Amino acid sequence: MQTATQIPHDVNYLDYKGKYKGIFAWIFSTDHKRIALLYLYSIMTMFAVGVILGLGMKLELIAPGRTIMGPQTYNSFFTVHGVIMIFMVVIPGLPAVFGNFMLPIMIGAKDVAFPKVNLLSWYFYVAGALLVIASVLFGNGTPDTGWTFYAPYSFKTGTNLLPAIFGAFILGFSSILTGLNFIVTIHRMRAPGMTWFKMPLFPWSLYGTAWIQLLATPVVGITLVLVALERIFGIGVFDPALGGDPVLYQHLFWIYSHPAVYVMILPAMGAISEIIPTFSQKHIFGYKAIIASTLAIAFVGYFVWGHHMFTSGMSGTAQYTFSVLTFLVAIPSAIKVFNWISTMHKGSINPDIPFLWAVTFIFVFMIGGFSGLVLGALATNVYVHDTAFVVAHFHFIVFGGVGFAFFGAIHYWFPKMFGRMYNKVWAKLGWAFFTIGFLTLYSPMFYLGMMGMPRRYYDYLPEFHAANILSTMGSWVMTIGLLIIVINLFRSAKLGPNADINPWNGKTLEWTVPSPPPVENFDEIPVYGEKDGPYEY
Amino acid sequence: MEHVTQHSDPHYDQEASKLGMWLFIFTELLLFGGLFIVYSIYRFLNPEAFQLAGSELNPVIGTINTIILLVSSMTIAMATSALQKKNKGLTVLLLEITIMLALVFLINKYFEWGVKFDHGIWPGSQHLINDMSKGEILFFGLYFVMTGLHALHIIIGMIIIIVALKRVQKGTVHADRPSLLENAGLYWHLVDLIWIFLFPLFYLIH
Repeated sequence: MQTATQIPHDVNYLDYKGKYKGIFAWIFSTDHKRIALLYLYSIMTMFAVGVILGLGMKLELIAPGRTIMGPQTYNSFFTVHGVIMIFMVVIPGLPAVFGNFMLPIMIGAKDVAFPKVNLLSWYFYVAGALLVIASVLFGNGTPDTGWTFYAPYSFKTGTNLLPAIFGAFILGFSSILTGLNFIVTIHRMRAPGMTWFKMPLFPWSLYGTAWIQLLATPVVGITLVLVALERIFGIGVFDPALGGDPVLYQHLFWIYSHPAVYVMILPAMGAISEIIPTFSQKHIFGYKAIIASTLAIAFVGYFVWGHHMFTSGMSGTAQYTFSVLTFLVAIPSAIKVFNWISTMHKGSINPDIPFLWAVTFIFVFMIGGFSGLVLGALATNVYVHDTAFVVAHFHFIVFGGVGFAFFGAIHYWFPKMFGRMYNKVWAKLGWAFFTIGFLTLYSPMFYLGMMGMPRRYYDYLPEFHAANILSTMGSWVMTIGLLIIVINLFRSAKLGPNADINPWNGKTLEWTVPSPPPVENFDEIPVYGEKDGPYEY
Repeated sequence: MEHVTQHSDPHYDQEASKLGMWLFIFTELLLFGGLFIVYSIYRFLNPEAFQLAGSELNPVIGTINTIILLVSSMTIAMATSALQKKNKGLTVLLLEITIMLALVFLINKYFEWGVKFDHGIWPGSQHLINDMSKGEILFFGLYFVMTGLHALHIIIGMIIIIVALKRVQKGTVHADRPSLLENAGLYWHLVDLIWIFLFPLFYLIH
């Protein structure tokens, strides 16, 4: 076991030579910063696979009828795209990468509470990812149920679904362990003097997220186990032929999977709440209101799952109760947007790369949020249910919201994580291509959905052709943007000019340690005095 | 205040590991919570069939197993106290008794399931599908899933207790560093507690 005295303080975590050599120095490391980078690279790999599948789907939809693939292949494409993007990219994205890296530093700790459990959660992530990949490569056919694994088709389909289900289960376990670690870390390891209401907002959002991960994930875990047992043994709980109820599956699935949306978006909001005050050089507006809205979203988010099932057969009372509760979630989300805008008001704004991502985040998040209200209202929901409109809505939230926040966060914290600065011209170009491509890709889907084009079809009526061409071309522009961003960051991590300790003049604790941080983060644990705070400009 | 004082060993924080274990227990309760919801919904929809199928189960074996688990919970709690009193021999003995009791529970379970199999009752069996009502199929489906998952937790609990036992013998778990044994105890109480709910739901309610 390593103790504080053995590790020199002038060695950064990237250059540190421990017991193990080469790749083992990484995959056996319990340093939260190295684990964060392991997550970053594995998530980016899976993200690349997901993007390629998405491009394939958009290419198929460039013309009506069969273009490059048949219906069965298309079903497999959207299933694997969904499983990868939801369970392996968007859910772990911000917490596992930036949470792992920044949480201990931002609260003045040397590591998370359970470093070995932290590494274990990454192993679970890899195991889950390999199982999902195995379901694609082996067996009789790639899963074709959609990422939701809806019963009864999920135990009727002849495709190789079991590894994918177990993969999702294990990925859930990985997510639980990360959440558990963060809760204990935040409770036990804040720097002396850092009271709850002096904690920065990104750790606060991770705290809310961690509780959702902890309390919601086990329910989908057991539900997936039941589907697996249904497939293997035919226990009957979701099989109408044996007395079971498939709609019960949908309830249990969404009891987790709706809160999971907040696992995705809360840390994204947290990262935005860090970027905006730094680039406005101003105290965050409504610090406590942002915390309260984070906790409110985490809480109310548990009680809205029924809005995924308005056409599945529920009583009228259940339908309008879920509808009203869904509208309630809009309030704390709007409070946050209001606070971010107010923070910028009369601030000294530095429109650098992370700030550009943050304001575009607010823009696409608001479009996503407003279209969410259309879907939360019963009458309009029935009209656009299972159409491209829904696809557009959740891509604006989970890809627009989380994706823009992820890229904002990586451009914000990159100089700290790698000790080097990226090329800002290329970064801006990447942002521009990505944003234009994103809007061109997903905006036409709102129109297509309103016109009645269903989701999850490889084919469509000729009158939808023009909008689909536009959307497919958007996917190419967006991919060019992605390539520029990723190549720029990869090159800069090796070749970029050395970054200062505090390139953006931020006030949170991560900007007080060297870039990249030393192995144990702090020479001496920082102490928060009476007047200190995370946003005192 | 609840802030950490810097220990000589910065990686050991007893409060943190206890908090972590409680959070983990939360997730386990929710895992079974999903199953309890499924059970209560189907019981509500099929009251007669559940009653009929429940009378097939043997409440005597169920009662014996309940007593076994309660006693094992007591022995592991006593083991924790013995560790605090620095009585290593007694701690080891009590842990061995706990493991033995867990094993007896599993043997009982094996015979109980064996009798069901002899009667042609298992998930997806011809007898179940052809001769029984849908409510009874659901009851036995849930019976095998829930008691099976519980048995799996017994096995995991046994592994954890064996690890704790080895560590006590090696001396790495002792009165000043009892977290592993305490957490093993907490986990074992959880396994016990879940059975306390399973037992009346399947064996006693008529």
